Amino acid sequence: MPPEQNPSFAAAFAPALLDPTRTVPAIVTGPNGKAAGRRYAVYRNNVTVSLIDALAAIYPAVLRITGPDFFRAMARFHVRRTPPASPLLFDYGHGFPDFIAQYEHAQAVPWLADVARIERAWLDAYHARDAAPLSPARLSAIVPERLADIVFTPHPALGIVRSPFSAVTIFAANRDDAPVERIDASTPEDALITRPEFDVTVRRLPPGGAVFAACLASGRSLGEAAASALEASPEFDIASNIAGLIEAGAFTSLAPGDA
Amino acid sequence: MTTEIAHSTSAIPLRYSTPIGGVAGTSFKPEHLQAILGAGRQRGFFEVHAENYMGAGGPPHRALEAIRRDHPLSLHGVCMSIGGPQPLDKAHLARFRSLVARYQPALVSEHLAWSTHETSFFNDLLPLPYTEATLRYVCDHIDQVQEAIRRPLLLENPSTYVAFRDSSMAETDFIRAIAERTGCRLLLDVNNVFVSATNQGFSALEYLADFPLSRVGEIHLAGHAEQADDEGDLLLIDSHDGPVADAVWRLYEIVIQRRGPVPTLIEWDSKIPDWPVLQAEAAAAQAILDGCRPAALVGDCHAA
Repeated sequence: MPPEQNPSFAAAFAPALLDPTRTVPAIVTGPNGKAAGRRYAVYRNNVTVSLIDALAAIYPAVLRITGPDFFRAMARFHVRRTPPASPLLFDYGHGFPDFIAQYEHAQAVPWLADVARIERAWLDAYHARDAAPLSPARLSAIVPERLADIVFTPHPALGIVRSPFSAVTIFAANRDDAPVERIDASTPEDALITRPEFDVTVRRLPPGGAVFAACLASGRSLGEAAASALEASPEFDIASNIAGLIEAGAFTSLAPGDA
Repeated sequence: MTTEIAHSTSAIPLRYSTPIGGVAGTSFKPEHLQAILGAGRQRGFFEVHAENYMGAGGPPHRALEAIRRDHPLSLHGVCMSIGGPQPLDKAHLARFRSLVARYQPALVSEHLAWSTHETSFFNDLLPLPYTEATLRYVCDHIDQVQEAIRRPLLLENPSTYVAFRDSSMAETDFIRAIAERTGCRLLLDVNNVFVSATNQGFSALEYLADFPLSRVGEIHLAGHAEQADDEGDLLLIDSHDGPVADAVWRLYEIVIQRRGPVPTLIEWDSKIPDWPVLQAEAAAAQAILDGCRPAALVGDCHAA
């Protein structure tokens, strides 16, 4: 067959790479009439293993918690169902936390998906655009009667992850090799992820802090954000929360607002 | 932190870089950053996978700026999918171009392979049939890359495990035709030649005799692993996870004798060793390059 009639060899070669039920593409062969089975399997293996490795690199705490065998089996399902749509592998796996939440064999560890969400936000922060964080002095310079109207520009690295479980504590305890003490997983914890300079930091937000930070990040005014936070959590303290967010590097600038 | 390089992104037009000559370099791995910086400016160069530095900011760019400050850089693209039938990803090409503009690498290379089909990225260097039809679009893709980066690309020969029933050209003929039509230069991966020769049952020496060596602007050396094919015969895997094999060193010496000194990279991408181990591999390549140099000046090096 002339090659012009078969321009898309890739369409024949690709589907079996991530689908073990498909046979080896008929367009390939070994040399001198040899079989192509184990040869094509090299590509299948490279693709699957390298993508599982990519997820393992993005989600080291999930890997440590589940152990490598469980993790790789879970990741293999995800890789086959949702291969990357971009060649930038550090951007892969945004759907993995939701996959974990639905994964039949992970139902006994309901906080695992939230730990994964923190890890994904950690890597997003790591690669985020560089930007100088807002100086605390800028807030001090605002006259009190204008405070409620000011709005903030979120830092490119800012991330917020809310969890009904102790996801921040579990995340922090599993990002290195140190022994893990027993953790009560039932305390709701919200994570603030920032990278003011070059080190990503993950902190626990105080009660109401996640609602407050999310409102500010979406461009709502300080007064509106504080009202929402108080509604969500009566013990919310605006002074310590805004100071904490600025100190963590959550914003790059502030503006007087429209009022 | 210096922002010198970062600020030059749009200010400096893309230009040919200064040739770096017959020096040996290594893959740059972040785990070696402190050891490299601690040793100060050294002879050699560092090669990075372009895609690892396509994030907007953060520590990867700090590390690369620190390396680039004192050393020539080789930017090695892994994911452009030049060998695939679908059009190049314009966004990816723009990212590649801006890395070239930002870091002004001495060497810029990509692969004769593909990795994306439709919207799926497979993260592997997949093979293509060698035909007039595939030659045409591979040349179109290289034209587009070279227009974007405004310099000749170094195109790398692949490691392959299968053959295509449709292939009508030898790999060396295919590569020579690409170079002639596009003006691109070539990155000769000697380990890939050895791996493919073993897997496809051809002679590595004959391949090298047919390869357009005068176009070669960089050489890669790497380790490989051994498996077996369906018939139980040796199948080599381009694994980049160990030292360069003795047989590959011998082929490399032959290439340098014929071609003269060319920038040579030790590639080591997994099971990364301590920095002195990688450095010693580069020193071994440098010794071969330097052994050739005096002879090259009087022309003896080209006696084959």
